[in-house]
Amino acid sequence: MALLSGAQILLESLAREGAEAVFGYPGGVTLPIYDVLYDHPLRHVLVRHEQNAVFAAEGYARATGKAGVCMATSGPGATNLTTGLVDALMDSIPVVAITGQVPQALIGRDAFQEADTFGISRSATKHNYLVKDVRELSQTIHEAFYIAISGRPGPVLVDITKDVLLAEAPYSGQQAMEPLRGYRLEVEPTPEAVERAVEFLWNAERPYIYAGGGIISSGASEELVRFSELLEAPLAHTVMGLGGMPAGHPNYISMLGMHGSYAANLGITHCDALIGLGVRFDDRVTGRLDKFAPDAKVLHVDIDPAEINKNRRADLGVVGDARAVLKRLNERLAETRGTLGKKRRQTRLAWMQHIREMKREHPFCYQGSSEEIKPQCLMEKLDEIAGGDSIVTVDVGQHQMWAAQYLRFNAPRLWQSSSGLGSMGFGVPAAVGAKVACPERQVIAIVGDGGFMMSIPELGTIASNRLPVKIIVMNNNTLGMVRQWQELFYDKRYSEIDITSFPDASLLAASFGITGGSVASPEDLDDALQHAFAEPGPYLLNVQVAPEECVYPMVPAGGAVSEMILQPESQAAEAVAGD
Amino acid sequence: MQQLISLLVENKAGALMRVAGVLTSRGYNIESLTVAKTIDPTLSIMTIVAEVSEQGRELLIKQISRLVNVVKAVDLSESRAVRRELALIKVFVEENRRAAVLTEAQVFRAHIVDASPNSYTLEVTGSQDKLNALISLLRSYGPVEMIRSGTMAMARAKHNKLPVPRFSESALSDG
Ligand SMILES: Cc1cc2nc3c(=O)[nH]c(=O)nc-3n(C[C@H](O)[C@H](O)[C@H](O)COP(=O)(O)OP(=O)(O)OC[C@H]3O[C@@H](n4cnc5c(N)ncnc54)[C@H](O)[C@@H]3O)c2cc1C
Ligand SMILES: Cc1ncc(C[n+]2csc(CCOP(=O)(O)OP(=O)(O)O)c2C)c(N)n1
Repeated sequence: MALLSGAQILLESLAREGAEAVFGYPGGVTLPIYDVLYDHPLRHVLVRHEQNAVFAAEGYARATGKAGVCMATSGPGATNLTTGLVDALMDSIPVVAITGQVPQALIGRDAFQEADTFGISRSATKHNYLVKDVRELSQTIHEAFYIAISGRPGPVLVDITKDVLLAEAPYSGQQAMEPLRGYRLEVEPTPEAVERAVEFLWNAERPYIYAGGGIISSGASEELVRFSELLEAPLAHTVMGLGGMPAGHPNYISMLGMHGSYAANLGITHCDALIGLGVRFDDRVTGRLDKFAPDAKVLHVDIDPAEINKNRRADLGVVGDARAVLKRLNERLAETRGTLGKKRRQTRLAWMQHIREMKREHPFCYQGSSEEIKPQCLMEKLDEIAGGDSIVTVDVGQHQMWAAQYLRFNAPRLWQSSSGLGSMGFGVPAAVGAKVACPERQVIAIVGDGGFMMSIPELGTIASNRLPVKIIVMNNNTLGMVRQWQELFYDKRYSEIDITSFPDASLLAASFGITGGSVASPEDLDDALQHAFAEPGPYLLNVQVAPEECVYPMVPAGGAVSEMILQPESQAAEAVAGD
Repeated sequence: MQQLISLLVENKAGALMRVAGVLTSRGYNIESLTVAKTIDPTLSIMTIVAEVSEQGRELLIKQISRLVNVVKAVDLSESRAVRRELALIKVFVEENRRAAVLTEAQVFRAHIVDASPNSYTLEVTGSQDKLNALISLLRSYGPVEMIRSGTMAMARAKHNKLPVPRFSESALSDG
């Protein structure tokens, strides 16, 4: 068997696991890897900051469902990964992060660029490794990919000491792995659980499907649509679930939660059977827990047993892969259709009708303007351009919520949002990763002016890799979401929210060798967008929008979701929905 | 409320850090933690006693179980598990009361493991209550120094929920 160096084994192993690209940044202890990379076919994308290497890897993973790979050197390179790793952990995104570590002989001696990466990344990953023996490297990489992708996906970090990268070992290319004794996967539901769930589902009078990221990661879209159709039940998505069911489907309501629609939030408040599918009852969805779906019995399907009963006690918890569970349920539902009596069916149809009426009467709305570009208007236009099948990445803040409200997706894996951690600076590098993964697809990054300022270095990556992504900056000159909270909950005492000295977009873009422009008046918006999307290469468009707009509806943090604020005070006395 | 958790974990670098991390990141104070290899040297058993609210227990067990190196975690708080702790207690005692200390030791089945002209060191095992009782008794004889091992717990025969490796099926036979 051929003897290979650790660095060679690493790259061979990555290729073997199906990695198509590595997003990385080199440094001292990873020099042996970069030396092998010099004439290796594996594609490396040089990002401009390690944090963006993870975000780009996430962008790749969110677009494809495969593990995204990133790489950083020891010490500062590794610590720069931390935010991205936690981001992937919170949103259950499969990422494999490779870091270099100082030689074993120096560990623990405050060596140059030594950091306790294994310790630091412990709580930032699903699992992590410190490789100290070159003979274990190949197997460790295999395990890392397996753990990242299987079950509830998540980030796995592999820290490799420099001496391991330099040492030699035989490499067979086998994907051998000892059984992981502590790693259990419960994919198929038990038959008893399925039967109890079927009974639960037919007994409901006002069923409501609350579906999230687990639908996307299990690839259960088709099954989900069928499930909703069999049950004739309305369905709302979390921010993480958008695209799980096509937005145009008649059973689809909208996003629910803090910035969800009236129909979605009132629906969940009044349902008697809440069907949670691959969701984690996040506080941005539930608001005040004791007033969340107060009349409902809960059926919760999740692949992670620790999610069942975590925030809301489930009357019936089904542990399993969403797709596998829905397949079984759909079979049984089809077989037992007759169970639903005529009267109950009538009640259920009336419930569905009621939800559809609420949706029609209370769509997401805003006051138009001919003087300034309303952010919601921008989102509507971007929705048209995206056409339901472009990849759209967003950053964090108001623009993120407006995009979630107004953009409609026909398929999963098109929408990418840092949702659980809410890390500003995500949108642009995620678009880099998405474009590398799906070069044929239109990729649009919609970001705020604040978040964009955190991502400017990646214009370099976009330019040098000639990645034709479209960056749309929704520029309100402020940290909009913080401004909104200060306006609503801190007596308009606006503190440290002005993003002044925003660069001239066309000059900034030009200085990176790409094209860009700005638009501020509503009558020029269509042309500006058309121009941006007609450009074959990347484009940076700075859209100056109304600075004082707030995202509505809004459930104040810790409030009941039925008590959302529907519109600004100026338009009406605070409209309180609910019973 | 004290929660008593018994864990079978893979004996791998970082396993202890991972388990402890689940507790500490949630702000739980670990009262005691014991860990040692089983008959199968690739596995260890940990016993943890921590202050955890009633509502937090199920979640904590599940979140520990979720760790890749944890083979099994069980909550023994409510079970009739055998619980034992070992203590080494050094008591400084006046000449005229030495004999009395020896009698106390006998009552508690403690062994004298070291003696000096002005002190005895006792080794005792038992339940937490038994140890506490002996310690407070000895304090009436003079200053006391002590080291406790922390609780070890083993489920009773019928309720043995941890798949603890046994001699018959152990890795020992493989060498
Ligand atoms: C500014 C801001 C505002 C926000 N406002 C809202 C809002 O209004 N509404 C909203 O919904 N969110 C909002 N969020 C996002 C929110 O914080 C959460 O990230 C989101 O609600 C979680 O989505 P989820 O429940 O689908 O869970 P995810 O984080 O997507 O988790 C997926 C769940 O599915 C499970 N799972 C994974 N794989 C499988 C599988 N194969 N089979 C079955 N189960 C699986 C996992 O165990 C997990 O429980 C906001 C975020 C930000 C930053
Ligand atoms: C790294 C990071 N720092 C701080 C925050 C807190 N935060 C949430 S939204 C927001 C404002 C974002 O402003 P901008 O990027 O301009 O977007 P907008 O809300 O205006 O759409 C801030 C500061 C965060 N989410 N992430």
